[in-house]
Amino acid sequence: MPSPYGPKAEAGPPGLAAKLLGFCEELRGEGVAVGTSEILDAFAALEQVAWTSREDFREALAATIAKSQEDRRAFELLFERWFFRAAEAEAVSRGVEERERRYEGGEQIDLDELREQVRQAIVEGDDGEMRDLARLAIAAFGRQGEGSGVVGVDVQRIRRTLGLSAGQQPPAEDGAAELPPIDRDQLNAFERHLRRELERELIERTSTLPPSRPLAELDRALPTSPTQDLAAVHRAVSQMKRRLATLGHEQRGRRKGWTVDVRRTMRASLETGGVPMHLRYRPKRPRRPEIYVLCDVSTSVTSASVFFLSVLHALHDSFRKLRSFVFIERISEVTEVFEHERDFRVIAQRISSEGGVADVSGYTDYGRVWLEFLGEISDDLDPRSTVIVLGDARTNGREPHAEVFAQVAERAGRLFWLNPEPRLYWNYGDSVMAAYERHCDGAFECWTTRHLENFVNVVAGGVPAAD
Amino acid sequence: MADGSVTEVKDALAQVGYLADEPAALVSFLAQRLGKPILVEGPAGVGKTELAKALSRASGRELIRLQCYEGLDEAKALYEWNYRKQLLRIQAGGEDGWQDVHDDIFASEFLLERPLLQAIASAEPVVLLIDEIDKTDQEFEAMLLELLSDFQITIPELGRVAATTMPIVVLTSNNSRELTEALKRRCLYLWLDYPELEREMEIVRLHAPELDEGLVQRLVEVVRMVRALDLKKPPSIAESIDWARTLLLMGAEDIDQETFEQSMSIIVKHRTDIELVAERVGVKLAQPIRTEG
Repeated sequence: MPSPYGPKAEAGPPGLAAKLLGFCEELRGEGVAVGTSEILDAFAALEQVAWTSREDFREALAATIAKSQEDRRAFELLFERWFFRAAEAEAVSRGVEERERRYEGGEQIDLDELREQVRQAIVEGDDGEMRDLARLAIAAFGRQGEGSGVVGVDVQRIRRTLGLSAGQQPPAEDGAAELPPIDRDQLNAFERHLRRELERELIERTSTLPPSRPLAELDRALPTSPTQDLAAVHRAVSQMKRRLATLGHEQRGRRKGWTVDVRRTMRASLETGGVPMHLRYRPKRPRRPEIYVLCDVSTSVTSASVFFLSVLHALHDSFRKLRSFVFIERISEVTEVFEHERDFRVIAQRISSEGGVADVSGYTDYGRVWLEFLGEISDDLDPRSTVIVLGDARTNGREPHAEVFAQVAERAGRLFWLNPEPRLYWNYGDSVMAAYERHCDGAFECWTTRHLENFVNVVAGGVPAAD
Repeated sequence: MADGSVTEVKDALAQVGYLADEPAALVSFLAQRLGKPILVEGPAGVGKTELAKALSRASGRELIRLQCYEGLDEAKALYEWNYRKQLLRIQAGGEDGWQDVHDDIFASEFLLERPLLQAIASAEPVVLLIDEIDKTDQEFEAMLLELLSDFQITIPELGRVAATTMPIVVLTSNNSRELTEALKRRCLYLWLDYPELEREMEIVRLHAPELDEGLVQRLVEVVRMVRALDLKKPPSIAESIDWARTLLLMGAEDIDQETFEQSMSIIVKHRTDIELVAERVGVKLAQPIRTEG
């Protein structure tokens, strides 16, 4: 059957289709949604480009298969691995070896000259040259029996022997011209080549492929350095924003506030001879989520409050209508601080100095916080608003005022509680989580970005991620 | 536009002033050959909309643009019956029987074509740009599906309107929400990011050819420095070009601290951002400039 897409480019080598299907299977395993229609598109696209051009081949595949930036990332990683492995597996099965040719001249290499060439290639960022030199370097070292057999160790050993390090170069000893600085990315590229070639050699030597591992999980523990993990929190929150932007607009209350769309009503009346039998209404504009965040910053949650503040920081970046509060014994609004400050460290400092939330003892007083919150804010709360509480619900033996909390829950559309303690510890000691949990639309343990993502999923009506 | 190979597409785009990188050229090429829509995502100001405009210029096709916004509905995007005219027709044709009138008022004469229908019904091939699709609701996306996969629109009273010529469809999204799988499935995906140093220099050179070579490099380096900061709105490519033209007008010889602070508002447009940039970048520029090379 002639292709509906015009003349085909040259067909790929036999077995390519099977390899591609295997690749798609692998992608699915990493959670990229590759449907049959994507695969058909991929084949159609590959008919249009020359399969011998690596760049075009990869881009054509990516354009048809990876439909988001996250997917694209997984695609890049897997593409490299899959086709590298596929080529090696083929070589093993056919008994193709290039060992002899590769090491030709390995003994005669002058180390200083090689070092100079590698440096040159890295500075110029010449990919092909780096690859060839990586092979040469391996040849020079491998022949001397210096290989440890562990790829990662060998890579570092070779790098050190070549005297390569990123950044400014130390001045040459013999007073020669100053060496240009080496870019870290380029150095990494060279190391990748080394690794690739060493793996190839290992596969040839053992005639087997090492087992393929799933991509590393981007799981994190409680962030210790806030600025480092801020990015991860921001990612999770921006995902939450997207979810909230499309979901959670379900209609609440009765059909009030609808306005008649005169034009469409007139138009509909044509069907009934000009008598407006059916009223048409203007579509309701989706409403913007209004969010209130209450964050406990007392000493009992010190370790978590940095994480919580970074969550707050990220929320402020994503939502326009967001008001944030911190509390210990009293509650204090800090929306202003977040709106005018971008630097996370400055924010943390200002909140601890200006918050004015600790009264006398410095122990959390949840009951008083609810009373104050209700007193100040209750008029603004309506079914559109979402309240998120970040805290451990440890009242230090004071009156929890759960009934006040219930009032808050009633006025707000939705109320969620994120607790930095494992569920196991809830309700032990002075924790009164159970009293509050009854009134929440959901209570979650939350001290890692993974938990945060889980929360986002649940809020958006998805399934909780498996632990 | 020549569509024989990826390189030809790239050259054709370059001739109309759009320097596409490899992926962008390839996807444009595939879109024409496979007749599939392109979904372009990326940060604001990297030339997503410009790609559609360039495609239209390069192929000599008319550009039909649908700007999306919250609450955009079928009447604004697809078609609408011109009910005033229909009423007039009913009143004017007093003696005609109901049957005649009924048949008559749902003719294409009384149809107001909106961008999508316009693109489909056009006799000449067009480029259809659906801009910022992420601003609309999911319902609107669903409505697009028929159009995007079959290039046809069904009007209950008239029947099916199928495209006579294959339009090139470009959808852009700022990634403010996740688009539905169904929509993505029908499109080729292209992620546009801020260009590499070299390519951005080429772009600036193309649009401000009189600017001194060394200054172009300096300008792009500074812009990249600014983008690396955590800003509310990082400068776009268009703003780099604007800045280059501003420097030309100012007759600047070099970007030193003074020039930078005078013209900074071209690339940074947020009060808090301006403070941050002045603090971080302005100070760096105060140091003596190392010679090129």
